Amino acid sequence: MTSLFQRNDLWGPLDPAEEAGYGEDRPKRKGFFTDTSICIGCKACEVACKEWNDVPATHFEMLGSSYDNSHSLNANQWRHVAFIEQPKRLGQQDTGLRETVDLGMPTMRPEASETEKPDFRWLMSSDVCKHCTHAACLDVCPTGALMRSEFGTVVVQDDVCNGCGYCVPACPYGVIDRRHGPDGDKNVGIAQKCTLCYDRLDAGQTPACAQACPTQSIQYGDVEELRERANQRVAALHEAGIMDARLYGNDPEDGVGGTGAFFLLLDEPEVYGFPPDPVVTTKDLPQMFRRAGAAAGVMLAAAALSFLGGRR
Amino acid sequence: MAEAHPVGFQWVMEAKARGAKVIHVDPRFTRTSALADSYVPIRAGSDIAFLGGIVNYVLSNGLEFRDYVVHYTNAATIVSDDYQDTEDLDGLFSGFDPESRTYEPKSWQYADAERDGEQRQDHEMQRETASALQHETHGISVEGNPPRDETLQHPRCVFQILKRHYARYTPEMVARTCGVSEEQFLEVCRAWTENSNRERTTALVYSVGWTQHSVGVQYIRTGAILQLLLGNMGRPGGGIMALRGHASIQGSTDIPTLFNILPGYLPMPNAEQHQSLQQWIDSVRHPGAKGFWANAGAYGINLLKAYFGDAATPENDFCFDLLPKITGDHGTYRTVMDMIDGKVKGYFLLGQNPAVGSAHGRAQRLGMANLDWLVVRDLFEIESATFWKTSPEVATGEIVPEECRTEVFLLPAASHVEKEGTFTQTQRMLQWRDKAVEPPGDCRSELWFFYHLGRMVRERYAGSTLERDRPILDLAWDYPTHGPLEEPSAEAVLKEINGYEVATGRPLSTFNEMKDDGSTLGGCWIYTGVYQDGVNQAARRKPASEQSYVAPEWGWAWPANRRMLYNRASADPDGRPWSDRKAYVWWDPDRGEAGEWTGPDVPDFERTKPPTYRPPDGADGVAGLAGDDPFIMQGDGKGALYVPQGLIDGPLPTHYEPVESPFRNPLYGQQGNPTRKEYDREDNPMNPAPSKAHTDVYPFVFTTSRLTEHHTAGGMSRYVARLAELQPEMFIEVSPELAAERELEHGGWATIVTARSAIEARVLVTERLTPLRVDGRVVHQVWLPYHWGEGGLVTGDSANDLIGISLDPNVLIQESKVGTCDVRPGRRPQGAELRRFVMEYHDRAGLDAEPANPIVTAGPMQDGDRDPAKGSKEEGTS
Repeated sequence: MTSLFQRNDLWGPLDPAEEAGYGEDRPKRKGFFTDTSICIGCKACEVACKEWNDVPATHFEMLGSSYDNSHSLNANQWRHVAFIEQPKRLGQQDTGLRETVDLGMPTMRPEASETEKPDFRWLMSSDVCKHCTHAACLDVCPTGALMRSEFGTVVVQDDVCNGCGYCVPACPYGVIDRRHGPDGDKNVGIAQKCTLCYDRLDAGQTPACAQACPTQSIQYGDVEELRERANQRVAALHEAGIMDARLYGNDPEDGVGGTGAFFLLLDEPEVYGFPPDPVVTTKDLPQMFRRAGAAAGVMLAAAALSFLGGRR
Repeated sequence: MAEAHPVGFQWVMEAKARGAKVIHVDPRFTRTSALADSYVPIRAGSDIAFLGGIVNYVLSNGLEFRDYVVHYTNAATIVSDDYQDTEDLDGLFSGFDPESRTYEPKSWQYADAERDGEQRQDHEMQRETASALQHETHGISVEGNPPRDETLQHPRCVFQILKRHYARYTPEMVARTCGVSEEQFLEVCRAWTENSNRERTTALVYSVGWTQHSVGVQYIRTGAILQLLLGNMGRPGGGIMALRGHASIQGSTDIPTLFNILPGYLPMPNAEQHQSLQQWIDSVRHPGAKGFWANAGAYGINLLKAYFGDAATPENDFCFDLLPKITGDHGTYRTVMDMIDGKVKGYFLLGQNPAVGSAHGRAQRLGMANLDWLVVRDLFEIESATFWKTSPEVATGEIVPEECRTEVFLLPAASHVEKEGTFTQTQRMLQWRDKAVEPPGDCRSELWFFYHLGRMVRERYAGSTLERDRPILDLAWDYPTHGPLEEPSAEAVLKEINGYEVATGRPLSTFNEMKDDGSTLGGCWIYTGVYQDGVNQAARRKPASEQSYVAPEWGWAWPANRRMLYNRASADPDGRPWSDRKAYVWWDPDRGEAGEWTGPDVPDFERTKPPTYRPPDGADGVAGLAGDDPFIMQGDGKGALYVPQGLIDGPLPTHYEPVESPFRNPLYGQQGNPTRKEYDREDNPMNPAPSKAHTDVYPFVFTTSRLTEHHTAGGMSRYVARLAELQPEMFIEVSPELAAERELEHGGWATIVTARSAIEARVLVTERLTPLRVDGRVVHQVWLPYHWGEGGLVTGDSANDLIGISLDPNVLIQESKVGTCDVRPGRRPQGAELRRFVMEYHDRAGLDAEPANPIVTAGPMQDGDRDPAKGSKEEGTS
């Protein structure tokens, strides 16, 4: 008997555009490789994204979390640069901090001695929608507002979205969000997130954030090629003694079938605000369907029995 | 660099990916430090001690690039018998006059050349007119052949003087002065020297953090000495990169917005010294001297022809008399004080926001409030247009809006995407910009504004027969315009800047085609070639992949499209590359008739002058330079390790403490730069510095700089929502140690106080700031961005309100990168209470009761003066 779902429909490796029904002449899957080891935290990606996509800037408050004042990915923040100040060493970097100072007074950190240099590093990382191979937001969208593009990306159609918000809890990364704001403002109530600049891709252009990135921390291209490049970069960093370097989202066998936008990180994903082991929230849908079906069958049977019983 | 020049930083990242080691020296850990291989925290204002320490490391270990140093620098040149060093005079050089605080530089000259005309009176005047800027590209004037000792053994040769001068800049002294550990300092020394030789070169990059000091020019000089000693000048991958403060600041010195120079670094004529065209030209070209300035007459006359067109003839000295002349200090700070004193009536501000962006904000605003009229052209209604109704002085009652006499004209300006023209960046490269969109509403370009303002002023004066109106009426003011707004043609202006033959209109190809008879004209001789063959060379955009790595067909660089100055030094004295790896420009004996210089760049040397050329006796001008004299703008063709002329504060960089410092100078009795320009006025008080008492009233060192997210005084970012939200509030960065000491709460408020004012800021406690151990005790440094004012979408106090006016004597740039302050928790007093609060600090510091900080402090050493163990409670063990 054929199941309602094939293997890999909801998880595992897959070409999402092919699965969505785009023909042989479809373009190669497009995505981002964000190499946080060369991010300088300039936030040009945030600004370029907002300029191109006309995303409003409404949050004028200092957060006190290093240089991050845009908080997180949300409806008004499709790129978000995190700043992490850490008592860890970056490879062989010599920070020179506090190596000669012994204040002889209580400090807020473990006491620094003259021989032992305290470690410090400042990590920066530009986060974005992951454009999952198996995108739960898309799976749960009742209106078809969220769609898979021919580039394998996940795009919201503002004019189709009815603002039901099912996609919001479905996203394992907390990326998608309905826009808040006064009635009448652009797209208030509508689900919003990175489109990988669908309109620019259509015109053969690079997404705005990658175009603006001065250090090529954000690289745009064919996912397959980017994955190869990412592997080489990790190897090079390991060779340079930066053993913390690792990839996040590049593995097609992971819980979301790999992401179209993946990252080179220098620490555990949690440090950057990423979930450590994201799983597409619709992964268990078949099982849930089967169980729900079984439960329904049992209930139907019970109901029938009760009627049968009633005739006695 | 990542912080203020993120786009340029991509090349650092690319170099790093290819294996370059990146070292970052800065008072605070920045976005640059985050990606550097090594970060070195340093006390703000101690850079000469740090670099001098490296010079000493090089010289005492014999690590200089000997062949380069002997042939290409003035190391071998012998200096006058009368010269005395800071070693002999406790931090002063010979020739010092305590009265005028200037030098008689006669004893600084090369041996046998003491008769050179420079006098103390010259230095006094030169300080007033920022003469080093006037002579920025001029170099030393040298006549004849000063004696040399190429063994570098003569006790008075520059090499030996240098060695003695820096002998006391030991690693221990560096640690004591800069707060850098000896270990880390030596790491930097090793990295720099090991990477500087025939096969490898090291680049030095600095930014505004070096220039804004009372001894800023000498900071850069120290860098130059080091790079010359290590053979890193004129060679690929080497050099000194000055990162400028804006997109076209280089352009605005080449074609200046400064009071003391004219386009192409021609000095603004002085009413006393330059009574005739010939006097003015001779002051630039120094008749009899060697080098390329011998042609200055043609450059000056071409400029006058560009200004005055047909009216400029040989008979009337090309209208030299119509040029404005300077009589002394007309710099921006002098002008502000003259405004306060009621001596200035009107003021134009274009793309400048001094109410927020210039040192001593209160003086700036009080000055502007005392004008008859003020014209502000900007993209938004910035603080310099609203100071009369919104400034802190309105809150304190010092400016009363109803009574403020200044009439402000705010005119909307077109942004850089709404007008065409060029940017000249730090590599002297001009890049043409097209207009992307029409400016909205009444917004207009600067070109439009000045052209039409000039046109209308000239219409008002038309028909005047008064002699005094000739400068306006005789101007050549006939640029073609186009479109409904009558926008002048920027290309026509570029063509005039390039220069052309008057009779035919043919654009000149090089400045060598400039004639001194009025048959050619050109607005900026160093830019000649940018419109070669009638083609806008600055608009060239050939991709890197289609040309050599020097990329000569991207934009256009002055002079003559050279991408690297002094590149003759990339070859050895015989004209061969120092190494294959670093080949750049070399002598090819088989090219041309008898050999030519060649390579991927335009040689910065006469193309056919062979390496073996030696000038005949008595030769001057260009012919006076030998075939192995690569520094062709210097009179002796040599890189200047030692500068006998041109600087007010001495021939060699010397560590002086900042004007405001918690420390006595550990190296000399002379505390600060003795020749600095001071304005000792009641409205410009300075915090006490040693040897005065009460330095503990302002115990901390502060420095200011920019954030990536904002543009200088915020006129282009605080009013733009998508930028303003990225850094929405003024803040102060403090170390956890200082936060604990002063009970500053992360995210809370702090008040920062100096003798000028007090400001408030949100507190960011971060380990990126570190206390340093200096001269035996711990000093805290705090850092402030300076982007906020009371206008825009995000508001805050301006860090520039804290800074006093005290200037480098060579270029009249303010010391705004270091000062002392107090920091306390909580918000500052508001309204009239603010001044009372600041004055309480004055009382405690004895500012009003005692005379200003003594400037000349050199003299017989007093016991214990410079002994750290006696001056402090803690022992100096670093």
